[in-house]
Amino acid sequence: MSASPKPDLITVNVDGRDVAVPKGTNVIEAARLVGVDVPYYCYHPKLSISGNCRMCLVEIGMPAVDPATKAPIVDPGTGKQRINWIPRPQIGCATTASPGLHVRTNTAQIKECREGVMEFLLVNHPLDCPICDQAGECKLQEQATGYGRGYSRYIEAKNVKPKRTQLGPRVMLDDERCILCSRCIRFCKEVAKDDVLGFIDRGSYSTLTCYPGRQLTNNYSLNTVDICPVGALTSTDFRFKMRVWFLKQTDSIDPESSVGANTVVWSREGVVYRITPRRNDEVNDTWMADSGRELYKQNRAPDRLMVARVEGQDSTPAAALAAAADLLKPAAGAVAVVGSGRSSIEEQFVTRRMANALGAGAFLVGRSDPGDGLLISADRNPNVRGALVTGLVTNLPSERLTQLGEWIDEGKVRCVVSVGEDLLAAGLTEAQLARVAVVYLGTHANATSAIARIVVPTFTVLERTGSFVNQQFRLQKFFQAVPGPAGAIDDLTALTRLLSSVEGEYFPPEPAAIWPEMARAIDVLQGITFAGIPATGRLLDGSRWAGLPFPEGPGLHFQPAAKP
Amino acid sequence: MPAPAQRRIIFRHIDEPGYTNDLACYVRHGGYATLRKAVTMAPAAIIDEVKKSGLRGRGGAGFGCGLKWTLVDRKSGKPIYLIVNADESEPGTFKDRYIIHQDPHQLIEGIMITCWANNVKQAYIYIRGEFPVGARILEKAIAEARAAGYVGPNVLGTPYGCEIYVHRGAGAYICGEETGLIESLEGKRPYPRIKPPYFPAVLGLYQCPTIVNNVETLCHVKYIVEVGGDEFAKIGTPNNTGTRILCVSGHVQKPGYYEFEVGKITLGQLLHEVCGGPLPGRKFKAVIPGGSSAKVLRFGETFTLKNKDGSARTLAVEDIPMDFDTMAACGTMGGSGGVIVMDDSVNMVEALANLNAFYAHESCGQCTPCREGSLWMKKITSRMVHGQARAEDGTLLKSVADQIAGRTVCAFGEACSWPTQSFVAKFGDEFKAYPETKQAAKPAGATDLV
Repeated sequence: MSASPKPDLITVNVDGRDVAVPKGTNVIEAARLVGVDVPYYCYHPKLSISGNCRMCLVEIGMPAVDPATKAPIVDPGTGKQRINWIPRPQIGCATTASPGLHVRTNTAQIKECREGVMEFLLVNHPLDCPICDQAGECKLQEQATGYGRGYSRYIEAKNVKPKRTQLGPRVMLDDERCILCSRCIRFCKEVAKDDVLGFIDRGSYSTLTCYPGRQLTNNYSLNTVDICPVGALTSTDFRFKMRVWFLKQTDSIDPESSVGANTVVWSREGVVYRITPRRNDEVNDTWMADSGRELYKQNRAPDRLMVARVEGQDSTPAAALAAAADLLKPAAGAVAVVGSGRSSIEEQFVTRRMANALGAGAFLVGRSDPGDGLLISADRNPNVRGALVTGLVTNLPSERLTQLGEWIDEGKVRCVVSVGEDLLAAGLTEAQLARVAVVYLGTHANATSAIARIVVPTFTVLERTGSFVNQQFRLQKFFQAVPGPAGAIDDLTALTRLLSSVEGEYFPPEPAAIWPEMARAIDVLQGITFAGIPATGRLLDGSRWAGLPFPEGPGLHFQPAAKP
Repeated sequence: MPAPAQRRIIFRHIDEPGYTNDLACYVRHGGYATLRKAVTMAPAAIIDEVKKSGLRGRGGAGFGCGLKWTLVDRKSGKPIYLIVNADESEPGTFKDRYIIHQDPHQLIEGIMITCWANNVKQAYIYIRGEFPVGARILEKAIAEARAAGYVGPNVLGTPYGCEIYVHRGAGAYICGEETGLIESLEGKRPYPRIKPPYFPAVLGLYQCPTIVNNVETLCHVKYIVEVGGDEFAKIGTPNNTGTRILCVSGHVQKPGYYEFEVGKITLGQLLHEVCGGPLPGRKFKAVIPGGSSAKVLRFGETFTLKNKDGSARTLAVEDIPMDFDTMAACGTMGGSGGVIVMDDSVNMVEALANLNAFYAHESCGQCTPCREGSLWMKKITSRMVHGQARAEDGTLLKSVADQIAGRTVCAFGEACSWPTQSFVAKFGDEFKAYPETKQAAKPAGATDLV
């Protein structure tokens, strides 16, 4: 990675305070840097500027210069350069900072402008906050409180528009609540590249809708719900399920591909209600795929493994792990470990140490599917690069465990530990599996768990803490949002316990406790502590693996290395 | 003082018996001689003549035509487009349609001269959807001019080529706003663009530098090249040069279109002498002098203006010259030249209800103040005329209008709030008394406006 050139800084003045901002910054962002809040609805940092809501009106001025000599004109009263204020308020979103630009946001005129826009936005907006899903995270509510007059002068009948339009399978539209900011339209056009939304009719009767015969079906449709500043677009899935202020927010990572979109998991009392994107300007901006938001449903899926089993008998995780150790220890030298590209880097590190202790060959199952060029990459494992960094594997995994199959056929392997992988789906035959004892650690039932001698139910990504290395070799943390089921055990606990039982070293089952040893043993991780990884991740030096034929194509903020 | 005689330059042949809109008739009357002259001139020389002429745009804003051309980005390497704004949609305005219907080649000649002067290779005439006949006439005229070598490749045998296309709108007032027009021409909803950064002179049609001129303006360009900029500047009054077409409608004896030197005739002369005064038994009450969005003038009010030498003069409404600058100094505008006259049969609340209904219907809906404010004002005045007026409605109307003007993407904010602001300011008594006087006796024959 070459260091990005330092952006040109220019000085602007916001409400009397000078602030240095990068060239090209708009007034809203410049004001944010000095802690001045310029309210807005239609502006979005990752979309084109529309300038339609008029909420971000500010006063703009430039230092006065003599037109002939270009010399500054000094105000004799203050001894400072005079400022020529533009009499009409200007929108902050479309005003780019230029050297010496002066901004006033706290004048009587601006207060009055904001009150006016707030009043206009509310005259035809239904005041149904008590039954609106957006309540609690509604910009209209917040800014009406912050900048509105607090009373209504409107006695006319409000406009009537469609209340329940299903725009697509996952997005519901209430047109009466829509404030016509056009964020959703711009998102579909500019980011999702699926230009399906638009307005029909005009004036205050303008109505958001899909183009005739089309639906909002793309895999990014729920981002429109996220960026809708009001309750017009709601998620069909989340709608009416829970008040947002009851929900706990936990930082997490979307595990559906090697992009590693940053997410927030919203839960209450151990139940996850929704997953939304978390802004990371280097990875996913403010977006994520709809498919990643559905993953919370796996937590409570009917096929979730809830009880440990040993030889077909129900057991406890502790007893099952003890039985597994008893099985594996004597077989040392004839064991294979099928690790997982879905495990955290900490779990992969322990898996590697366990394979070492058992003298076992380690495998990984590759998963690939065409990427979408945006936030889902061709590598559908979130952490193959973690497996490379930890040395769990030294090459890119194939989708078939052909080599392991041969070893079984040759009698070299008697026991197989599978971390969440369905060995049958990965190419082993039933006959091959019949010849080995399988220890299965996993979250959901599959053909392998059905025939495994020992089954240890484990946790999903929403129930664990750890870190993944994404396609950029960016190390990103995720945290446990909800506790796992009572009959299951955390992967890291299971693996560390198994490792110590087979006479490997002992690690406390906490990522933070494993990191000192990882940072010591793995050179590209040197100097890193778990707590020290920033919320937006930390880039690792992946140059050692640059020659590998990674499957990812170009995506948002990602360009694959040129193939030699 | 008696009114000056009309000076018909643009309307020279309008309503002339025997004058037809075909090419042969136009050429017989000396048509396209100016274009022949223009292609022998350097483009910069033509721009200079237009600057010298002091011509101001006739679409409504009165922006200097030469200055507009000077602002065009000629260094970008992108093509420069000319758009002819034939969307004539300001209520009270009916001048461009007569040029289009009766003298289309005059417009085409003006377009071609402008294109030559600005190195434009493609010009678009954006004509409003309500002018289907006009569009057909223009298309026929362009075909004729093309066949005769005035339009198309190798204009008049020169290497220079330029095409003119007619594009019909779909009947929206906002398409008269130049950036809304450009969006519409590009095939999108006519949402006016934010300025900055989208000034047409730099980022106009297809993000290329673009000149947008009114039909009448381009006809003046033709005349300027014909007689020279200095000669043109002698017509009219200083800074308000040339002639302009005044469209008088409403309660006068002889409504219609008249062409006068700018500023040489007063409003009083126009209404009393040229238009024959009020209808029998009526008195003038109010006049909107520049298209429906201009601020209304109340007969009887006076304006004190500063002269250049510092002294003051007082003008009655009748004394205001029909120009750009004095109109602006009196708090209204010459606008598009649409003079709407109202006599004492009109109740101003009902008249405003009519205007508000128009603007609420025409607001494009892009930005908040105009979208919500125009409809709110309409709902208030509509409620008032339907028997539920309140004494405080006038104050509320003005407050709503004040929240729109100056805060919108385009000038529609002013267009829709100026009528309300001026009606309430100047006829506040009628608004206050309306709850009581709604059923008061109206002059015989007066109709309900809403």
